[in-house]
Amino acid sequence: MSAFFRVAWIVMKKDLTVEVRSLEIVSTTVFFAVTVVLMFSFGLVVEGRAVRDVAPAILWIASAFSATLALGRTFERERLNDTVLALLLAPSDRPALYVGKLAGILLLLALVELFLVPLVGLLFNAPIFAHAGRLFLLLAGGSLGFCAVGTLFAAMLLRARSRDVLLPIMLYPMTVPVMIAGVRGTAALLQPAPDLAMAQFWLGLLGAFDVVFVVLALWTFEPVMTD
Amino acid sequence: MNRLQVVDVARYFGRRKALSQVTFTCEAGEIVGLLGPNGAGKSTLLNILATLLGPSKGSVIYGDRTAADGGAAIRAQIGMLGHDLFLYPELTARENLTFFGELYGLPDVPRVVAAALDQSGLASRADDFVAGFSRGMRQRVALERALLHHPRLILLDEPFTGLDQASATALVSRLYDQQRAGCLIVLATHDLDIADTLLTRPVFLIDGKPVADTGRGSTLRERYQSAVRSAGRGGSS
Repeated sequence: MSAFFRVAWIVMKKDLTVEVRSLEIVSTTVFFAVTVVLMFSFGLVVEGRAVRDVAPAILWIASAFSATLALGRTFERERLNDTVLALLLAPSDRPALYVGKLAGILLLLALVELFLVPLVGLLFNAPIFAHAGRLFLLLAGGSLGFCAVGTLFAAMLLRARSRDVLLPIMLYPMTVPVMIAGVRGTAALLQPAPDLAMAQFWLGLLGAFDVVFVVLALWTFEPVMTD
Repeated sequence: MNRLQVVDVARYFGRRKALSQVTFTCEAGEIVGLLGPNGAGKSTLLNILATLLGPSKGSVIYGDRTAADGGAAIRAQIGMLGHDLFLYPELTARENLTFFGELYGLPDVPRVVAAALDQSGLASRADDFVAGFSRGMRQRVALERALLHHPRLILLDEPFTGLDQASATALVSRLYDQQRAGCLIVLATHDLDIADTLLTRPVFLIDGKPVADTGRGSTLRERYQSAVRSAGRGGSS
């Protein structure tokens, strides 16, 4: 088991080193996320008042789009010099490679959300920090579920010619339950009278989705990548 | 692993047949060359030997085990130099080798990496980014990456592409070292002149099928052309 997490750590460390050198994914995804939120704010905030309950949806849309961008780019790096083949050739558990890639993408997405959350709170007058702990758990759970499926699909589509188009087409329908749970859970927290029980319910559901998606991805990663 | 057996291997991509009826054996200390025109299935076969692709039919036996039986233990004995070199341009030569050394779980990675950098003649450029290297320099780092864990089976896809005379000679010399160490080497190449001196045995592949060596001709190039003609193709490599 320690070898499994050692490999995952090595892969994640490598991905982050490459990203720190180039800042390519962080800069593009942060820029993209900020642009999305700004555009929505132009349309949905009138005279300083946001349309009711819109902030959670904007937060999750921007987050999901940014994650899709990061997923595509992370795996494009592995495709360009066929380094993905070198990873697959290593005598390590292949699911450990998946976990390493997933952890790297999650950290990058967390960084994007660090910009995104206060921005949404500011532009849509949402009490984003009123229940910061629960919101953090919702975002963490939602990001994990979304990226667990996204990492598998992005890896699977590496050799596909239309991978940039296929990734969102495959990913969004599959992750609808995660998005619904994330948006409804966040909405329960951000409404004028927060419904903590409802937020807790959606959080529990997110946790269940996460377990299912991660287990399925770990189970299918090796056969999907071999052929 | 002292023997590699490829038994009646076929590979389909959808309805397209990339390989069929490929059978050959490679013993320890042999350098087997896969020769054929573009699209002959050489890279597909190398990917199958590397366990990156499964055969649609037939089997590949590493010593006495198949890839399915051996899994990670088989992969630990394979070193592959791909056409695209498998290196991260954003990392330095040392970081690339260290990453793969750690991934393979090698003991004392810094020492192993230092030795590999010395062997490649790039110790003085060890902390330069691979993105700034010439093709030949990248090839040398990539070869050391492939040999870092002392594999028994070495697979090389077009290893001489883009190399100048000195780099090609250095690569040939390194392959002879590996041959003397008892490694099994399978390489795909278009460079028939180098292959002529290097190979223990050629396997001619045309349209995914092995073509018998007619034995006609004194050089490998003539034998290759004869084999291609016998397969009904006008041929140059």
